[in-house]
Amino acid sequence: MHIADVTFQRGTRAILTDIRLSIAPRSVTVVLGPNGAGKSTLLGCMAGLLRPTSGSIRIGDDDVHALAGPERARTIAFLPQTPEVAWPIDVEAFVALGRIPHQRTASAAVNRAAIERAMTITDTARWAGRVVTELSGGERARVLLARVLAGESSWILADEPFTGLDPSHQFEAAELLRNFAHAGGGVVLTIHDLSLAARIADRIVLLHEGVVVADGPPADALSSDHLRNVYGVETEWLIASARHQTPIIAIHGRHVR
Amino acid sequence: MMAAHRRWLMPLLIAATAVLAIGSVLVGKITLTWAMWSAQDEITRTIFLELRVPRALLGIVIGMALGLAGAAMQAYLRNALADPGTLGISAMAALGAVLSMFFDVAGLHPWALPIAGVLGGIVGMAVLFLLSGLTASALTLVLAGILLSTLAIAGVSLVLSLSPNPWAAGEIVRWMLGALTDRSIDDLVFATPIIAVGSALILSCREALNALTLGELGARSLGIDLSSIQWRLCIGVGLVVGASVAVTGMIGFVGLVVPHLLRPLVGARPSALLIPSAFGGAILVLAGDIVVRLLPGGSEVQLAVVMSVIGAPFFFALLYSLRRRLV
Repeated sequence: MHIADVTFQRGTRAILTDIRLSIAPRSVTVVLGPNGAGKSTLLGCMAGLLRPTSGSIRIGDDDVHALAGPERARTIAFLPQTPEVAWPIDVEAFVALGRIPHQRTASAAVNRAAIERAMTITDTARWAGRVVTELSGGERARVLLARVLAGESSWILADEPFTGLDPSHQFEAAELLRNFAHAGGGVVLTIHDLSLAARIADRIVLLHEGVVVADGPPADALSSDHLRNVYGVETEWLIASARHQTPIIAIHGRHVR
Repeated sequence: MMAAHRRWLMPLLIAATAVLAIGSVLVGKITLTWAMWSAQDEITRTIFLELRVPRALLGIVIGMALGLAGAAMQAYLRNALADPGTLGISAMAALGAVLSMFFDVAGLHPWALPIAGVLGGIVGMAVLFLLSGLTASALTLVLAGILLSTLAIAGVSLVLSLSPNPWAAGEIVRWMLGALTDRSIDDLVFATPIIAVGSALILSCREALNALTLGELGARSLGIDLSSIQWRLCIGVGLVVGASVAVTGMIGFVGLVVPHLLRPLVGARPSALLIPSAFGGAILVLAGDIVVRLLPGGSEVQLAVVMSVIGAPFFFALLYSLRRRLV
């Protein structure tokens, strides 16, 4: 995915300025930044839902914003920040919504199989008849992911998919997305939790006031210098244990000039 | 994996519609009996063919129109309080129809009045969408509906009062309190094709209405072109409601009550609710119209009154149960 000189303005205010990125599939990219840095806007532009003021986003040879709706949706799946479930439909019917872009291009059997696969991968098949709006937060997160996976897109863009999940469900959801990337898909996420981002990302894009200030593997992008500049906090990179190499970014306090 | 009871729903609804339609033909000031029918006299034939049958058919068509419109509006706005009556679309259609009479356009062509009603309905939908947008809270939506219906009803009363019409007061009642009484086969002939076209437009949005379960962003990310859907629904609901109101006047609450009652029976999927709601609407209107005729008293109570007696407490209960989510 090539993001070429994307600028996005709302009124006279620039939300994104000259974003230039190439994102490879088979990896998990995390977009990080303070509130209002432009993360969601960038993700919305990449998903083809927001039209940049200038610049373009291409996947292969296709301009994302020039693709017809269903074709774009077959390429890119998008999970909004606060996913809405308007009606008390059952899990199976909910996951089936992910096949809407394929309704006219794939047979009923193919669609059926994709829905079943997505429910198997996410281990949600046993809830097929339960009502989505009555699930717990963790169960619901898995069903939301099943809906996204059912679309069998080559890219998944998710805006803060882990917010409000307990550590075990966070881990579970992160694993599902990592597996999708290992199987060849491209994953772009926004996350607020620095340690979680450091753990699951192959690459981190740090945004600040609509500009990319750091871009690279977690250990480089999340250096204490960068985090001080962007968030104004003093941080330290710790490795929890030698065995697991799980990074923790400790936040010591606000940076005092 | 369709639950067993869901397979029985449609046959049941169709059967109930048929039974009530037959009931509607037989019941009234004069109850038609087999003996009268076999006697083949002129009066029986007239009552049967020119009064009862058109009335029953009109009940089916209008009920289907209102039920379908209600289900579609609820699905699009993702709000169980939406209905052509509560959101002022019916009132706008009545205003359109009344205006066409005031400016004598209605006399030019028999289609002019229903078309004016349709235009009123479309304008009503457009104003509603403009006021509330796609992501409106239930509160904004209900307020927009109050605004629209208040303005439109005031407009209807004003236009009828200004007209040089000695029966203005009666006319106002006719529009505000709709009924199936004394409508002819011509009314049926004008309303049915308009309602059919509108229904086809609404049904063409099925997939998009399902996608909207995920909200505006979710639906767009599934490749749905929402502005095209918005137009199709605007015109579709305008056609369906406009033609209904032009023929029968305002009959409220059908589109509110029916989808709400049927939703749990179809598993809440918006597309699965559309056709059952159409039949549910037919059942409710036919049943109400039979009740109207069975009530004792000299003059018939208007159908809209019966609907409001059923619908208003229902609306109250719905608001009460949703009140926490309203603001």
